[in-house]
Amino acid sequence: MVAMTESTGQSAGDRQPLARHATLALLVLLLMVSVASLFVGATGISPMEVIGAVLAGEPIETSARVVILDIRLPRLAMGALVGASLAVAGVVMQGLFRNPLADPGIVGVSAGAGLGAITAIVLGGLLPSTVGAALGYALVPVAAFVGGGVSVVLLYIVSTRNGQTSVATMLLAGIALSAMVSAVSGVMIYLADDAQLRDLTFWGLGSLAGATWSKLLAAMPLMVLGLLGAPLLARSLDTLALGEIAAQHMGIDIQRMKRLAVVIVAASVGAAVAVSGGIGFVGIVVPHLLRLMTGPSHAPLILNSALLGASILLLADMISRVIVAPAELPIGIIMALIGGPFFLWVLIKRRGFAGV
Amino acid sequence: MKLSTFAFAAALTVTPVAGLADRVLSIGGSVTEIVYALGEGDRLVARDSTSNFPAEAVELPDVGYIRQLSAEGVLSVAPDLILMEGGAGPAETIDLLREAEIPMVEVADGYTPEAVEDKIRAVAKALNVRDKGEALAAEVRAQIAEARATVSEGVPRVLFVLSQASGRIMAAGEGTSAEAIIELAGGENALTGFQGYKQISEEAVMAAAPDVILMMDREGDHAVANDELFSQPAFASTPAAEGERVVRMDGLLLLGFGPRVGEAVSQLAAALHGDEG
Repeated sequence: MVAMTESTGQSAGDRQPLARHATLALLVLLLMVSVASLFVGATGISPMEVIGAVLAGEPIETSARVVILDIRLPRLAMGALVGASLAVAGVVMQGLFRNPLADPGIVGVSAGAGLGAITAIVLGGLLPSTVGAALGYALVPVAAFVGGGVSVVLLYIVSTRNGQTSVATMLLAGIALSAMVSAVSGVMIYLADDAQLRDLTFWGLGSLAGATWSKLLAAMPLMVLGLLGAPLLARSLDTLALGEIAAQHMGIDIQRMKRLAVVIVAASVGAAVAVSGGIGFVGIVVPHLLRLMTGPSHAPLILNSALLGASILLLADMISRVIVAPAELPIGIIMALIGGPFFLWVLIKRRGFAGV
Repeated sequence: MKLSTFAFAAALTVTPVAGLADRVLSIGGSVTEIVYALGEGDRLVARDSTSNFPAEAVELPDVGYIRQLSAEGVLSVAPDLILMEGGAGPAETIDLLREAEIPMVEVADGYTPEAVEDKIRAVAKALNVRDKGEALAAEVRAQIAEARATVSEGVPRVLFVLSQASGRIMAAGEGTSAEAIIELAGGENALTGFQGYKQISEEAVMAAAPDVILMMDREGDHAVANDELFSQPAFASTPAAEGERVVRMDGLLLLGFGPRVGEAVSQLAAALHGDEG
């Protein structure tokens, strides 16, 4: 809250050069992390083996090809996109709700996606075999995406009256929806057998392990759409920090902005959660951290959040791959393990400065 | 192990011949047990987290949970053969491993003596030790037959209690491995009407009227002493409470349906039909 209210005042301008420097630094960080993530894994295989083989015009050894090109590369792209999407969706939601604690889950995407995934895991076997065969193991991600989308649309309809969407209603309806979703999830958990229980527990912990090219190609357009659409909201979100009425007086089409924000978050978070499961903290910690460092102006905040979100998720994924190798620790655990204490530390440190 | 020079050379080529695999990854507790029971444990290079028996297996690198395998993790132990219990996954990982041209053998699961014999034969075939497989399968069959021969008249009703954490009773319904082993040992599952392991009410325990309570023998707070068990009204009013008939067995042995299934049946049968008390 503090960061946001002081935002539109005099301080925004002061930190613009800082934000630009941050963008440059974060770009370098993302680049370094991306390259590193191609080198890190349970097998000692190095991407140089692939590059060397290509340069020498020799056939690439099967194991090197599979590990670098089919495992680490799609995983790199997926991690960067998911991290960026979650962080940017966090910025958009926090701006829209004018609350730094809002996260993408607040509009019901995560809960809905979770329900979709759980239902698919438990009841997937009941589908007519033709449908099941056609979807194959895309069933769970597709169900998660549909679940996320349906809940957002539902929330939007509930909280919109006479062409006006009430953010407060949306927030409350989101809580109601989450309660209903967890009830239905509970029924599914009750129906699940042991193996399905393990599956859905792991789904909730999140992982990039299932990143394949086909999954990436399916999810990428939606995440890219969200990432490209978000900057369009930057100016409106800046103005919205003054309050809805003030923003309206300043000529912002609030309703159009809300609709766009909801669509962006539904598409990008829906796709991200569908392919990676439950990964928390990115959406709250990344924007908050950047707001503390470089100020709340939304244009640089969105860009920087995308870069930092991608980098952090890739870093966490590297840890998840090697910390218990040859097994893998779900990335959601690592994000919470690192993100939680780090966030607390930032808050404590800041409290000292602000004298709150 | 007898290997001709030719065969040895073949083993070193890039595409390994399944029959000569000596870097075997075993996924699934019962499959790993079978590999050791066949005396081929030294050919294993890694296992999954469900493979906890025998003790040597635990020393091997662990590639994670059977349904949550990481493709690169599996590749990192450089297996030239992967033995998988049914249900190993996820499918994405299996696809990637197939693409990496690693021979994989899926061993079908099942809760019958025949299924265990088939499992043993499948593993033995994959490891190219068919004779040992036939011998082990015959041994298991003989063990079960012998155990069942000692089963006396009367079919005790057995309630398998999976856990009792904070007073919630999780028990075995139909189609479970617990039910299968109880029936093999000449008992009947006291609980019917639902599939799998579920939480049941105290009244359901009373309605099931078990003659014997079967539990897993484990350390820590899951282990419930007889006194504590029968101090609960639900259990106190069951036939099992008279004479405090509680059987505790090692979980992996009891429910594993691996090569020790014969041992499990004979232990359980002895406990169910032996002298009361």
